[in-house]
Amino acid sequence: MQPSKCSNNHQEPLRCDSDSVAPSQAREITTEKCPFSNFDENKVGQFKDSFSLLRQNQGFLDIDDQNDPVKMVLGLKEVRKAAHNWNLFQSEAKPGRIVVPSEVSIRDIRQIPFELDPPSHKYFRSLLEPWFKRPSTLEYQDKLGAIVEHVVSQTINDGTAHKNKQNSYDAVTDIALTIQSRALSVLLNVPMDEAKTWISWGTHVFRSNDNPLDAEKADVLYDYLDAQIQKAKGAPRDDIYGLLLNAKVEGRALSDEEIKGILVLTFAGGRDTVINSLTNTLAYFSDNPDALNFINQHPEHLNSAVEELFRYFSPLTHMGRVATAEGEVAKQHIPDDSRISLCWASANRDETVFDTPNNLVLTRKTNPHVAFGFGIHNCLGATHARALMRIWVKELAHRVAKVDVIEATENIEQWGGVKRKVGFQTLLVRLTGRV
Amino acid sequence: MINVTFLTADGEKIKTQGLAGSVMGLAVEHDVPGIGGDCGGVCSCATCHVHVAKKDLARVGEASEIEKDMLELTDDVSEASRLCCQITLSEDIDGLEVKVVRE
Ligand code: HEM
Ligand code: HEM
Ligand code: FES
Repeated sequence: MQPSKCSNNHQEPLRCDSDSVAPSQAREITTEKCPFSNFDENKVGQFKDSFSLLRQNQGFLDIDDQNDPVKMVLGLKEVRKAAHNWNLFQSEAKPGRIVVPSEVSIRDIRQIPFELDPPSHKYFRSLLEPWFKRPSTLEYQDKLGAIVEHVVSQTINDGTAHKNKQNSYDAVTDIALTIQSRALSVLLNVPMDEAKTWISWGTHVFRSNDNPLDAEKADVLYDYLDAQIQKAKGAPRDDIYGLLLNAKVEGRALSDEEIKGILVLTFAGGRDTVINSLTNTLAYFSDNPDALNFINQHPEHLNSAVEELFRYFSPLTHMGRVATAEGEVAKQHIPDDSRISLCWASANRDETVFDTPNNLVLTRKTNPHVAFGFGIHNCLGATHARALMRIWVKELAHRVAKVDVIEATENIEQWGGVKRKVGFQTLLVRLTGRV
Repeated sequence: MINVTFLTADGEKIKTQGLAGSVMGLAVEHDVPGIGGDCGGVCSCATCHVHVAKKDLARVGEASEIEKDMLELTDDVSEASRLCCQITLSEDIDGLEVKVVRE
């Protein structure tokens, strides 16, 4: 039974907004089927907007976190404004405090440039930016291309497989983690063999699956970095260790702790985000095989397609700030020294800015998304992540006819009363090659 | 061919020519310093900020609402500010001169 009003086959998500949880009815999204819907209710490549009603009704979401509550800002313009206003909403708070859940109790080391504000933020950005822009060179992209090509060749079923090749692979560990780790070795300019060690750590460098504040997990990374820094002091090197050991900021050399604070971020910031981007793309193509053909036939839309995937997936949901004085955001009073967070994921579905925000439109031309943040702290790894995703999507479109998902376990975040799917714990896929 | 001249923050003059695409695309093709073009032209990164020469303001036209909202929070914004990925190359803008805002 389909009422005439609803015959648009759910192309108009604004009206019903069952994706969202209203403040008054903070409840879990049910699996109950809409009585008027006749579509797959839970497509594997569908990422709903968990924030829409809250964003439209009040513009913020209160989250409790270890007695240090967070007011999450939901609208695009408000998010941008607060990100722009670094003076009032600082990043240079106590280390770990701008992260949600707070890491204050599990680390003292400051992540750089992430947990700095001007003027020191600027000194470190100026030092790091040329290095992190390398991904825009063809030489760099060729290296990423070889990595992606190799992994696709190993996991695709195109008739050329040797006998004992598996039929299906876990997109998260076998595919995305492998590509992400090898690509990171290119970004840091270290031997690709190092990636084996990183892969052995699993998907979460900082967070174990059962306990998000497991400090021991982070120790593995800190110990590894300590050892690498000491080793790099021995000889001149053309990798990121060499860059940082020889660098001067405000006329002085960096301390080992600062070097570690920079390196840690390339692992932490660039791991889950990249893994989810790569994996979620496979989930999307499994629902939309036509999209593979479309991109293959229209390479001129590759860039807009990738930007739209970033908007739609928003791999980093939000990031916190600490108020340095009393202030106001989203018409809410913000007390001095309290926390807010900038919800990139919600901002990217803001219906006052994006047409059909919950549809993934590969040809979306104007796409002012904030998947990589906004303002002075915008993502330092974005050039790398964009280059990698362009190569990934292009390679898939070129070689893969269809993606079959055999089994999926979603990775669901919980923010206050709201649940958000950000990716997958596991995604068992079979890639069928083009003939 | 459509001619566009970029004046960099260092005061260098870079003359370029192109047929299609955007002014940002032309700048990236010619390695114009200060134009990143990070988002490939979807109006998300603001690394393509220019000031349009006074004589060209009228024919280049106004920014869209979305672009204006981006510019509002960009450093060194002025009446002449545009994100040049949003300026399409066409005969109408032949001879355009823009000043690159970032170094
Ligand atoms: C324009 C008309 C409508 C559209 C486009 C629409 C769309 C949707 C969509 C997209 C969902 C999500 C399904 C899923 O979770 O996969 C949904 C769920 C649901 N809809 Fe509708 N719907 C419409 C009308 C209605 C009406 C008139 C009713 C009730 C009288 C209704 C009741 C429900 C219920 C109970 C759910 C279930 C799940 C929940 O609580 O989240 N819908 N609808
Ligand atoms: C799709 C992948 C990625 C997404 C969606 C993403 C997202 C973000 C976002 C939203 C921010 C802003 C945080 C804030 O304002 O507080 C950020 C900052 C940052 N990201 Fe990423 N990131 C990604 C990949 C990477 C990679 C690969 C690296 C490095 C290897 C990286 C390193 C950083 C660093 C260092 C910062 C802090 C910059 C600063 O504070 O100046 N990210 N990222
Ligand atoms: S190139 Fe990104 S906004 Fe113009």
